Order: sequence, then structure tokens, then C-alpha cells
Amino acid sequence: MKEFRDKKVIQGLLAEIEKNAATLKKPIKIMEVCGTHTMTIHKYGLKKLLAESGVEMLSGPGCPVCITPNEVHEAAIELVTSRPNFILATFGDMTRVPTKKGSIQTIVPAHGSRVQIVYSPEESLAMARNDPDKEIVFFGVGFETTIPAIAICVKEAYGERLSNYAVLTALWLIPPPLRAIVQAKDIAVQGFLYPGHVSVIIGKEPYRFIAEEFGIPGAIAGFEPGDILLAILSILDQMNTKKAEVANAYARVVKPGGNRQAQVIMAEMLETKDAHWRGLGLIPKSGLKLKKKYAAFDAEVKYDLRIKAGSNDLPGCCCGEVLQGKTSPPQCPLFAKQCNPESPYGPCMVSFEGACLAYYKYTWR
Amino acid sequence: MCLGIPAKVIEVDESGQGKVNYLGTKVKANFALLENVKIGDWVILHAGFAISQMNEEEAQETLQILREYAHIKS
Repeated sequence: MKEFRDKKVIQGLLAEIEKNAATLKKPIKIMEVCGTHTMTIHKYGLKKLLAESGVEMLSGPGCPVCITPNEVHEAAIELVTSRPNFILATFGDMTRVPTKKGSIQTIVPAHGSRVQIVYSPEESLAMARNDPDKEIVFFGVGFETTIPAIAICVKEAYGERLSNYAVLTALWLIPPPLRAIVQAKDIAVQGFLYPGHVSVIIGKEPYRFIAEEFGIPGAIAGFEPGDILLAILSILDQMNTKKAEVANAYARVVKPGGNRQAQVIMAEMLETKDAHWRGLGLIPKSGLKLKKKYAAFDAEVKYDLRIKAGSNDLPGCCCGEVLQGKTSPPQCPLFAKQCNPESPYGPCMVSFEGACLAYYKYTWR
Repeated sequence: MCLGIPAKVIEVDESGQGKVNYLGTKVKANFALLENVKIGDWVILHAGFAISQMNEEEAQETLQILREYAHIKS
């Protein structure tokens, strides 16, 4: 992998980017959709280096922990604080998101109940098998990358008739918010750096409307600095030749058609729904829920959770604007003051894919 | 969080469960989302599931392109 981080390679790529950007109107606004791309761009100093060539990188909505609105986090808190003998399993970042009810990490679970951090949804399934006296709910958050894994777990639970297992789903699709961002026209995104591992699952096709309907160039990128610069070079080349497409600059991992098995299991288990995103609001068909056949494993149905969509954001938090690329984290009045990694006020400072944390760690000082 | 560094398959059983070596650490992996996984394959792991097999030809091609950029002078 060392070539992907090699100083001479990176300098060569940056020189080529400067050359390709020379004739284009500045600043050239490119949105990196994926939160892990945001981290790479800041960690390796690419944010500043690209700005010197007139390329302005904007962070997008690609952090699932960040875009899950507070009412869903609060529903998870409600479950584990009100139900005895209950285990709420979820990914580590999810436990630190602050809400008006506190964060999952700070609340006191009901008698005999607890919160369990897991790395894989399979661990939550194993807990349900091994502990039949406890109710297990996996607070499953993720994009297309994570969704197939969650779907497999529900399929297994259904097959084994595990009555003590359910999933509180916060499952998000990447193409619909991109359409919303382009149509909103608040920020004139001129190019998209498409997420690497969402694209592993869905392939190139679902982004085609961005090139064809809106004429906006884009490229799927890997996660090394060399990968990201290659993809940006492709976007600039598309701008110069006025031929917008969905380029694949991560072909060693992403197949044009995506992962067929993953697509099959998603289609079998889940259906689309209109979903509320933090900052972006209601986006048609942008979320997934379990099909009726699997409703017994849907925590929202099983526990009759009436999650009321609406702004439950903590007052003053700018995460909603940050996720749309409208506000840069240091512009938020709370940034690095009341809101910092030790004591985050909003989810974008919590998550390892959050733009505020990326700025705080690598770019701000 | 997406892990961009591939892991090497070191164990795989008939049910599609196994282990990978990720940066020197043995990690449990589920291969249900892939076809024909073999020991020695390089895969991308996400939340305990292998989601993609690395295409060596494509990887070499990208490396070749990157090496060429090392000789460009600003």
C-alpha cells in the first residue's frame, strides 16, 4: 500500500491536479460524500493542499451516526431505561451521541438491563441465542455498506424463530440525499467523490442520474490519499472535457454492478420508506425498513415505538448545516468550545466519520 | 467507519464463517456476502462481514498509474 501514501506520488498527483484546475473557475467545489473520506482528506493534509489549487472539499452526509436524528437515539434510550432484562446492543459511536435525554452511555438502564457495544451485528444475534431470558435489541445504524450484514442477522433470527431479538433500524440510502443536495441548489456542488464501500454494494448505476440529469461529474474513490487524488483528477478531467460520468477510481475493490449477493438479501428483507435525516429533513424513499413478513423483528413494531419525526436537535448545534456542506465546522460557535471530542455536543464531533471531529483533530489549529 | 486496508483470508468453513488476518490480528469474519472465497484471498471487511474480494489485476494497474505520477515535477 505504500505507493498510495508515497510523498513523491502525492506531489505528482497534486501537480497534475493544479494543472487540470488551472483553466477552471475557482473555487471548484467537490463534495466528499463519505465520512471516512473526510477523515483521510484531513488526516493527510489534503484539505489545505487541494485548496492551494483552488479545489474546495465540502463534507457531505456520509456519516450514519451523524445523520440519524435525535428522536431515534431517544427511542433507543427509552427502551433500555424503561424495560427490565433488556440489552441494547449497538456500535460504539452510537452510545456517545448527546440528546435531551442524555446519551446511551450516560443513562441508567432499567433493572437487569444494560448497553452492550458490539463490532458486528452478529454479536447481538449471538447474545439473543445465548441469553434467552433477555430481550435483545440491536440499534442498527448504517448505509448500504452495513445494511446487508443487518439483513442477514434478521434472516437468521427469523429462521431460528428467536423471539427475544429485534432491530431498531436506522438504515440510510446514499443516492437520495445526493439528489436532495443537488436540487436544493444551496451550494453549487460541481463534483462528487462517491463513497468507496457503499459503492462496493450498489455499484455505479445508482449515481448515474447525477451525471445524466444534472451534468455533474463524479468518481468512486478508495480510502488512501492516492486514491482520493486520483478520483479528484478524474472529476477535473470530466469538467475540462465537459463529459460528466460516474468514474470508478477504486476498481480494485468496486465492481461496476456492485455486490449481487448483498443486493439480493437487501431486496428480500427490506423495503424503502420516506425518512427524516438530520439537517436534510424528509427525503422520499431514502431509508429502509424490514418488510411486513419480518415485522416481529422490527423493534419499532414490536415495542410500538411511536417515533415522532421533528427537530429534536440540541439548541445551537450546527451538525445539520455541516451535514449539508453549508457550514464548515469551525464556523459553528460551539466548535472547540462547548463542543470538543472529550465532551461532544453534537454527533459530528462524536463519530470517527464526523466532519467536526476531523477538523478538530487534523485541520483546525 | 470504512476500513480501506484489505484483510487476508486465513480460515473459511462450509457455512461461510472463518477468520482473516487484518494488519497482523486474527479477526472473525462472515463470508456469506461473497462467492468462492478461498484461503489467501484479500477481502474488504465491514462490521464483521467480508463485502468484497480484491481484484489483483486492477490493484496492479492502479499501482502502475501511481508510480508514473511519482516522476511528474511541479
